[in-house]
Amino acid sequence: MEELLNQEQVQRALDDLYQAVASHLPAKAPLAIIGIRTRGEIIAQRLGARLAERFGGQIDHGVLDITFYRDDLARRKGAPLVRATEIDFDLDDKLVLLVDDVLHTGRSVRAAIAAIMDFGRPRAIRLAVLIDRGGRELPIAADFVGRRLDVPDALRVQVNLTEADGKDAVFLIKGKRSS
Amino acid sequence: MSTPRASAKNQQRPVNITGTTALEGFVWTRRHLLGLDDLSSQEILAILDTAESFREVSTRSIKKVPALRGKVVANLFFEDSTRTRMSFTLAASRLSADVLEFSAKGSSVAKGETLRDTARNIEAMGVDTMVIRHSQSGAPHLLAQCLKTSVVNAGDGQHEHPTQGLLDIFTIRQRLGSIAGKRVAIVGDIAHSRVARSNIFGLRKLGAEVVCVGPPTLVPGAMRTLGAEICHSLDEVLPHVDVINMLRIQFERIGSNLFPSVREYARLYGLNAERLAKARPDVLVMHPGPINRGLELTSDVADGKNSAILQQVANGLAIRMAVLFLVNQGSQA
Repeated sequence: MEELLNQEQVQRALDDLYQAVASHLPAKAPLAIIGIRTRGEIIAQRLGARLAERFGGQIDHGVLDITFYRDDLARRKGAPLVRATEIDFDLDDKLVLLVDDVLHTGRSVRAAIAAIMDFGRPRAIRLAVLIDRGGRELPIAADFVGRRLDVPDALRVQVNLTEADGKDAVFLIKGKRSS
Repeated sequence: MSTPRASAKNQQRPVNITGTTALEGFVWTRRHLLGLDDLSSQEILAILDTAESFREVSTRSIKKVPALRGKVVANLFFEDSTRTRMSFTLAASRLSADVLEFSAKGSSVAKGETLRDTARNIEAMGVDTMVIRHSQSGAPHLLAQCLKTSVVNAGDGQHEHPTQGLLDIFTIRQRLGSIAGKRVAIVGDIAHSRVARSNIFGLRKLGAEVVCVGPPTLVPGAMRTLGAEICHSLDEVLPHVDVINMLRIQFERIGSNLFPSVREYARLYGLNAERLAKARPDVLVMHPGPINRGLELTSDVADGKNSAILQQVANGLAIRMAVLFLVNQGSQA
């Protein structure tokens, strides 16, 4: 396990991500921030807190569990524990900022977009990720990126965050990717 | 930050962003759901928690998820049913599965085909999951042995009705916050009730106390071996319980006269407003349906503020979605 980014570098990546989002989002659009469980949810909360300071106004927060939408469900052995999706507001005509920790194959994002469309018809969906590690298998690109890394396919990038793991850091892990 | 509705919900069930739950790392492996007797408390909790996430699907504008897209669920009902069957059908549809409906009436069963042959023929059409209700206890277990599909028990004879037990427990947890330490009365025809048995198995595993109430002819002493207490007086039990689950008198299963008259039964074991006043003010009144109104429950109680009956039906959908989803992911024999 190799540390790619330390606490300070993660903070800088988050700052860059926030700056990119803040400078491109229209100020008055009704905004909904939706994080993909579990690390995406935490990053979404951190972004949301800072965006609320700057823009004020109403920002809706949601959490997405994409298990039911995964394209590898039938190929997995045993069921992962599914947790609730919490989108308690109307998505119609909102600008949705979809947030995840790592963008790799693009399959999670595809599943998340499919899930969001079942909740309503947002005006637009923008994708913000802390780490873009490359290795896409689908034609999907992030609108806002905290940090780009070039990581070989066989390796896994793991984001640790204080709220869940006690400390902010990004690690490189050998072996097959899980979840 | 969040909407008022979201924060109210969060208070009720704290969002665990650290990802450490009691079930962390748990993986469901069963291919069949035959009864709650077979399940561990962890497996029961996994079904309840999965159902919690499926409850949300029914609030969406598009009430469907693609989790079982391309899978086929067959409903084999050898016994009459309205709500269980419709609930399973709708649950399968909401998971995007295709549903085959089979009723014994007017089918080849009437021509003398055996259960095994009927099931094998339906399996040959490419079915992934069989949901079966049968008047013979153990029928789903037989199918689980001779078929390659997943089998879900939707009620077998006087044995078990696991999804009803699960939805009852789910409803109790939703209304009272937890199961452990709660005291549940199951009232009525315990002897013929698969609902009672599934409830007792599940509730005991999650740490609740269960007391079976009814006339001696309908409450066999053997229920004690399942970990339930027995009492023949409803009035005695009433002030001390958190939940009253009123069972239906199953006239179709009661052969000889097991109680003197319907009127006497209603007088001793029926729940009316006057009797309910002796219970705790927040007691939960449940009934698996269909209700014999005026017999087990009077209408003012069945439709009153303590009643969770319609909530039970709504929760049944979420539980059945969870069960169909989980058995389709299971790998174990």
